Order: sequence, then C-alpha cells, then structure tokens
Amino acid sequence: MTSITVRRVRLPFWPAASLAVVGWLIAWFAAAPFAAWFAYDLLGLEQSSHLGDAVAFFAFDVPKVLLLLLGIVTVVTLIRGFFPPEQVRTTLVGRGEFAGTVGAAGLGIVTPFCSCSAVPLFIGFVEAGVPLGVTFAFLISSPMVNEIALVLLWGLFGPGVALVYMAAGLTVAILGGLLIGKLHMERYVEDYVWALQGTGGAAIEIKLTWEERVRDAWTYTRDLVRRIFPYVLVGIGIGAFIHGFVPTELVVAIGGPGNPLAVPLVVLIALPLYSNAAGTIPIVQALLGKGMALGTTLAFMMAITAISLPEFIILKKVIKTPLIATFATIVTIGILFVGYLFNFLMYAP
Amino acid sequence: MHTIEVLGPGCNNCRRVEANAREAMVLSGAQAEVIHVTDPREIVSHGILSTPGLIIDGRIRSYGRIPSPDDIAVWLTEK
Repeated sequence: MTSITVRRVRLPFWPAASLAVVGWLIAWFAAAPFAAWFAYDLLGLEQSSHLGDAVAFFAFDVPKVLLLLLGIVTVVTLIRGFFPPEQVRTTLVGRGEFAGTVGAAGLGIVTPFCSCSAVPLFIGFVEAGVPLGVTFAFLISSPMVNEIALVLLWGLFGPGVALVYMAAGLTVAILGGLLIGKLHMERYVEDYVWALQGTGGAAIEIKLTWEERVRDAWTYTRDLVRRIFPYVLVGIGIGAFIHGFVPTELVVAIGGPGNPLAVPLVVLIALPLYSNAAGTIPIVQALLGKGMALGTTLAFMMAITAISLPEFIILKKVIKTPLIATFATIVTIGILFVGYLFNFLMYAP
Repeated sequence: MHTIEVLGPGCNNCRRVEANAREAMVLSGAQAEVIHVTDPREIVSHGILSTPGLIIDGRIRSYGRIPSPDDIAVWLTEK
C-alpha cells in the first residue's frame, strides 16, 4: 500500500492567510481600549493609582507583545527564508577581509541561525574558504541582531531605539570580526575542520512555493511563541510591577546615567539570561520608563542575545578554548563600549 | 524499503523532523529505516549548514525547516 489514505482537513490556504491578517489588524487597534476598559472599568481600579497602572500596563502589553511576535516574526521569518546560510557562504567566499566582514555582519541580520546549527554552520563556512574573521562577524551579528529583539524594541521603544540597536550590533560584529581576523587565530580551530576544506557537497537548492514558505514561517512562529510566551508573561508581570510600584528614584540611582558602574552591572546580570530576549524586554521597557539610561539598556539587551554560554560550549567542538575566550572577550568589550558610548552621547553635559 | 536520514545535532527541531517522518510512514504505509545523522562533518558534507536536514533515499528533500508529515509522505511515495 503506497497511496496516502489519511489526510487531515486543512483550510484553503490564501483565504485563511487573509483572514489571519484582518484578525491581527483588528486585535492590534483594539488592544489599548481593551486594556483601559479592563483595568479601570471592569476591575474598577482607579486611574493613576499604583495597582491600576500596573494592571493597565499588563493588560495592554500582553496582547501587544503577543501580536507583535505573531505578526512580525512571521513576516521576518518569511523574508529570512530567502537568505539561507548555504547560499550566504557562497556570497562571502573571496570577498576580501573588509568587504567580507561587513557583508557577513549584514547578512547575519537576515540569515536564520539557531545555536544548534552553530557547529555545522561554522564548519561549513570554514570548509568553503570563508576567512575566520568573516565567520565570526556572522556568528556575532546573527544572534545579536535577531528578529525577536528588533521586533520588541521597535514595538515597545519605537523605531529609533530599534535602529540604534541594530547599528550598534552591526558595529560590534564588524569590529569583532576584523579584530579576530587580524589576530590570526587559525591554529585554534580544530584540525579536522581544516582537513575538510573543499570537501563540501555541491550547492543545494530546493525551490519552495510561496504557500510552503508562508506555512513554514507560521509554523515556526507559532512554535516559537508557544515556547517563549511563558517567559514573556513573567517578564511583563515583573515589568508591570516595576511600572506601578518601583520608585523612579531607585531605578535612576542604580541604572541611571549617574552611575558609572551601571553598564558592567547589567552585562553581568544578563549573563545567565542568554537568548531570553522576549522575557526581558518588557522588564527593560519598564526600567527605561523609570529612568534607566539608554546605553545601559542597549548593553543589557545585547549581552542577553549575544553572550550565550550554551553556544560557547557547543562551539568547543570546533574551536579551542583560547579562541572561544577571545570571541567572548571581544563581544563583551564591544557591548560595554556601546553602553558607555550611548550613555556619553545621550547624557554628557 | 526506504532510507530516511535526519541530519542535526539532536535538538528539538531534529526530533520533530524524525517524529514527522515516522508519522509520514504511517500515513503512506511506506517502510523505511530512520537514521539520525549527528556528526557535523557528515551534515556539512551534504552541503547542509542549517539543520535539521532530511534526506530520503539519498536525495536532499529539505533543510533548515521542518517538513510536515504530509510533505514527507508524498516524498516517500514519489517514484
């Protein structure tokens, strides 16, 4: 028996997709009135009371963040599907040090990357002849300038902060890549990786239809949101608490522009929070609203996304400890630099 | 008898491809041996960088995405 006997019922594709878009738009515009109605009318909380503000913040942020994640991650994932790493590496071979590094950092924004692909990706890049510095520019930029961070920064802080974050991330990736290239650390890559050079299979290309692409993007987004949403809820809950109850003076004293140690402090706090951007951004939003400095905020976000201990451990399979340590140090210094630079630019007398 | 190779270091996504492949075998009634390829060198040797990858009878069917059981069932029954 080789024929397919069981088929699940599926909605016709394009009508379903159109309905989803309309539903998203309606929900988007209903979120703010809903939050106000929920906090002040339904629950009868007083406007501008601590509890009322906290509840309204929560009731507005939860649907807003959920909608942003669902809508924009789907679109971004769809776009990213057109830039698979398999093709990006062909683009990066033989570009020269500088152009290659800049290109790799830029492509890191649009190329999908999950840390479980880090090892095959690294081997594949090096094997194809992509220089080490260029490969690292990609490894820094891809997780740091990631879609979830950008989407949430855009939605919660506005386009200015999101673009500044992107520019800062790209700068760290380019400078880090150039520096690692200059340090000539090739001997710290495991020998077997070099032995593979030029052995890769032929370029593969599988054509996908638009329907497949949209379905893939949606499935990816749905799974992602399902996985991260508990963290987002906790994050928004903490954010709401900060918004309603934590005194501004306290936040300013610790995270404000007046505390020179704020930037390293938040990078330290970010260390165990790797890749949990979704849960932390609502907290950061509340803190920024209470007077945390912008550079400090950016450094915190970058440290969360770019310094990932599990990724370093995974990379041990292909590179030796001195190179991993160099990689981690350069990224950390880059982040500290961005934090101080923005604090200086924004708040210097 | 088909050969299904799931390429990936063993994260969630790879396990889902494997589960979908097994569901596809039930859907299509096709018999297949499922192999999990975790060695990054072997993954890269197929030209695949973004896991999970799926190879059926030596032909790369997908990479960097999780194909549905229906998709895989069609590939299993294709001549």
